[in-house]
Amino acid sequence: MQQFPCPFCGLRDEREFHFAAEAGKIRPDTTQPVSDADWAAYLHNRKNPKGETREVWIHTPCAEVFILKRDTLSMAVLGCEPLRKDIP
Amino acid sequence: MAYSAFALLRHAFNGHNGWKPAWRSPKPQAEYDIVIIGGGGHGLATAYYLAKNHGVRRIAVLEKGWLGGGNTGRNTTTIRSNYFYPESAALYDLSVRLYENLSRELNYNVMFSQRGLMFLVHSEPEMEIAARTVNAMRLNGVDAELLDRDAVRKRAPVLNFRDDARYPIHGGVFQGRAGTARHDAVAWGYARAADRQGVDIIQNCEVTGLLIENGICKGVETSKGRIRAGRVGGAVAGHSSVLAGMGGFQLPIQSYALQAFVSEPLKPVIDTVAFSPATGTYFCQSDKGGLVIGGALDRVPSYGQRGNMPVQEQVLSGLIEMAPALAKVKLLRHWAGNVDVTPDSSPLIGPTPLEGLFINCGWGTGGFKAIPAGGYLFAHLLATGNHHAISRPFDLDRFARGALIDEGAASGIAH
Repeated sequence: MQQFPCPFCGLRDEREFHFAAEAGKIRPDTTQPVSDADWAAYLHNRKNPKGETREVWIHTPCAEVFILKRDTLSMAVLGCEPLRKDIP
Repeated sequence: MAYSAFALLRHAFNGHNGWKPAWRSPKPQAEYDIVIIGGGGHGLATAYYLAKNHGVRRIAVLEKGWLGGGNTGRNTTTIRSNYFYPESAALYDLSVRLYENLSRELNYNVMFSQRGLMFLVHSEPEMEIAARTVNAMRLNGVDAELLDRDAVRKRAPVLNFRDDARYPIHGGVFQGRAGTARHDAVAWGYARAADRQGVDIIQNCEVTGLLIENGICKGVETSKGRIRAGRVGGAVAGHSSVLAGMGGFQLPIQSYALQAFVSEPLKPVIDTVAFSPATGTYFCQSDKGGLVIGGALDRVPSYGQRGNMPVQEQVLSGLIEMAPALAKVKLLRHWAGNVDVTPDSSPLIGPTPLEGLFINCGWGTGGFKAIPAGGYLFAHLLATGNHHAISRPFDLDRFARGALIDEGAASGIAH
């Protein structure tokens, strides 16, 4: 089994992780009218890159939501970063 | 030369030295009316129907590797049309009907064996949903039969009828016209028939970019040079987003690996295709005797055409639950192909945001069964610039219109 890194728990079995979405998508500004095409693109279109990608993943046992950087062809994990910020 | 018993006999007298290659290997010309990217089943079928049904003469199919080396050669060969929505039934049943006559049409034995497909049902409430599925299929003009436990047992006694089964079999939904075909033969048969219509099939020719002039796609850049085209069609399932990237747009597609397995050859144990929605596993037996086993998609999006352990464990534990007698069977091979997964588990056929470029993709885990229909409808689109009535609902515009065809929810299809 491959191991994925959780920013909170460290390296864990890949089966504990759940793929959520591509990282960096910006929700359309709903204070302005949004066209059907823009909504559809936001909801459904993806970059789906072959190679390096940044994605939002969830480590299900601890519920940590984080960014996973990996290569979709070689399946190598290139790094992870937490999405939560420390309380100031 | 037509293949026949007479031809076989005639060549037997020459020691079988007179057989010619089934298709040419031409050099690419500088320009074609239509260039199709992808020499899998869909691309080759598209070329064949373009030449045969629409009289288009200058057609090229560009394949980066060898014919049918992608998903056409990596699937579990199952053909069926047991869908819920009328739009899907029209599409997939067209495919089954074309498959029914395909060996004769192509003069090439694709070994379509209508051995039926059985969707197992594991509880009484699910039997009610199964009855609804059967009714929906019949209303769509597709054959369907509701089987009770005894009828399932009669068709496939190898399945798990033990009292302590985790997923007891209460019945099944049976489509008798479903079955399997020889996947390589489908690619080769279409290739040979297209070649005989004058289509240039160019292997080892990778498309590296699109030729875009004034915002219109006018051809492709390839590893064998620039090829201009009146229209360009992409049938590159698994890599559709890569092609879209060359055109500067995005598609509602995520690529995943889909894995399959084949066992050592056994004596006949099952003569239909059995699928359990509870485990996600399905299996049938090839003519050679190997069990052909498939399951759900990978959980990790990927372009890696190879298997991995978590899915292997899941699929094979499903097989053992379905048929405990097969627990000791040894695997021969294990592989994966890359599939396009769309938000509504239905394909994308239509023009793209880049004028001049058309696409046939998004078949998820079920592209093989749709090859004849995909080719037939895509040829219509490329030849006329307009949709056939059957492909219209599958246009890319369905997302903005909110007219999704959600077979993932409606018929419990994983892809």
